[in-house]
Amino acid sequence: MPQTASLHLTNRLHIHIVLESESERERERGARMAEAVVLLDVWVSPFGQRCRIALAEKGVAYEYKEEDLANKSPLLLQANPVHKKIPVLIHDGKPVCESLVIVQYIDEVWSDGAPILPADPYARAQARFWGDFVDKKIYDCGIRLWKLKGEAHQEAKKEFIEILKVLEAELGDRKYFGGDAFGYVDIALVPFFAWFYTYETCGGFSVEAEAPKLVAWGKRCMERESVSQTLYDPLKVYEFVCSLKKKYGIE
Amino acid sequence: MAAVKLIGSPISPFVLRTMIALSLKKVEYELLPEKLGEKSELLLKSNPVYKKIPVLIHHDRPICESAVIVEYIDQVWPESGYGAILPADAYHRALHRFWTFYVDDKLFPSLVAIGKAETEEAKAEAVEQFRAGLRLLEEAFVKLSEGKAFFGGDHVGFLDVMLGCFVVWIEAMEEVLSLELLEEATMPALHGWVVSFRAHEAVKEVMPESGKVVEFFKMIRAMRMKAAADAAN
Repeated sequence: MPQTASLHLTNRLHIHIVLESESERERERGARMAEAVVLLDVWVSPFGQRCRIALAEKGVAYEYKEEDLANKSPLLLQANPVHKKIPVLIHDGKPVCESLVIVQYIDEVWSDGAPILPADPYARAQARFWGDFVDKKIYDCGIRLWKLKGEAHQEAKKEFIEILKVLEAELGDRKYFGGDAFGYVDIALVPFFAWFYTYETCGGFSVEAEAPKLVAWGKRCMERESVSQTLYDPLKVYEFVCSLKKKYGIE
Repeated sequence: MAAVKLIGSPISPFVLRTMIALSLKKVEYELLPEKLGEKSELLLKSNPVYKKIPVLIHHDRPICESAVIVEYIDQVWPESGYGAILPADAYHRALHRFWTFYVDDKLFPSLVAIGKAETEEAKAEAVEQFRAGLRLLEEAFVKLSEGKAFFGGDHVGFLDVMLGCFVVWIEAMEEVLSLELLEEATMPALHGWVVSFRAHEAVKEVMPESGKVVEFFKMIRAMRMKAAADAAN
């Protein structure tokens, strides 16, 4: 083989080896970074999903740990001793609890990605207000739809439809609750989009009929990978709730 | 026309939160108290979702929910008066917000339950629950204060404001119900914190008089007992 050709080959081999070990280091670095961020969660939890969506929107690598709520891990009990609940984000060994606190934390720490909360103080206050509204209203009223019967059930149905209408009015004709940008309120609410089927089936109403703009918004959010990769099929959620009902002996 | 208006009065601990924040920032505002039992047009228009006080109106735009208002005040007037209310680093901000959730979600309802309890048993249970919550906050205070006077360290921070607003109500209930809720023996750090908090100039400016809160508490208790008696008849 001519001198130049073998030199050429050696150089290529050398570069190849260098590149290989660089990508190996990248992988290791990525893995180490992912270890620095851990999310304790349960697959179906809409609260956990808020965190997963926020992390995905920011492109943060993390380790997902599925908890068995009937058999909570020592890590969970240590990370959230006050409530012993998921989700918990553990960043460099430090636990952050409460899903909306976690979402704000993610937004503030990984600030080079697209902002979750708007910069303008008034817009930010509106976002916080509506995130809090979603937090206070949907889950608790939703539970009553599948747990209660008779009058109490009718009450819950009325209340739930009212909640949907208030959210529908707030959304208006905007693309997202954040306006043109997917943001905090969208993240707070969108996990419940996969629960709409459960709520309307247990509640005896149609979400589409009561809040068509909200349904259209949910579908738009599902076009985002962070959302479509996180939310489960509504039928799976319904199956889960049915199994809970059986467990609690509810018809 | 004042650029900053606040609907409510300091007898409400949630309104007091926002007044403490405005006082810390030395922001001038017009206070618009509501009449007991009546909701003004302005309130209904500014807070259609909850129809509750406090509502901050800044340049004619309403902001509702006390925690949201305090964060707004901190963001709009970052350096004014005594400086930042929210901690500088993200992790401490998360801790202050976590404990604020706890105060609003668990601690405050247990305080209300003490006031509403109709039997001795119910009262004792509510008192124990409330004290258990305070003991958690005692631990949190030791960690967050790092030996200084406040949850915010050497200055009044978010959790100081969000919890401190209940101090005068806790004291009023202790007096009227002859109870010790914030036990010096089991909660020495919180006890010390109450003294520091009450002594702060910005807090002194807006803290309602203990006597007024005692009278108000007695009045609403009487109203509630009368309503219960009327309902029973």
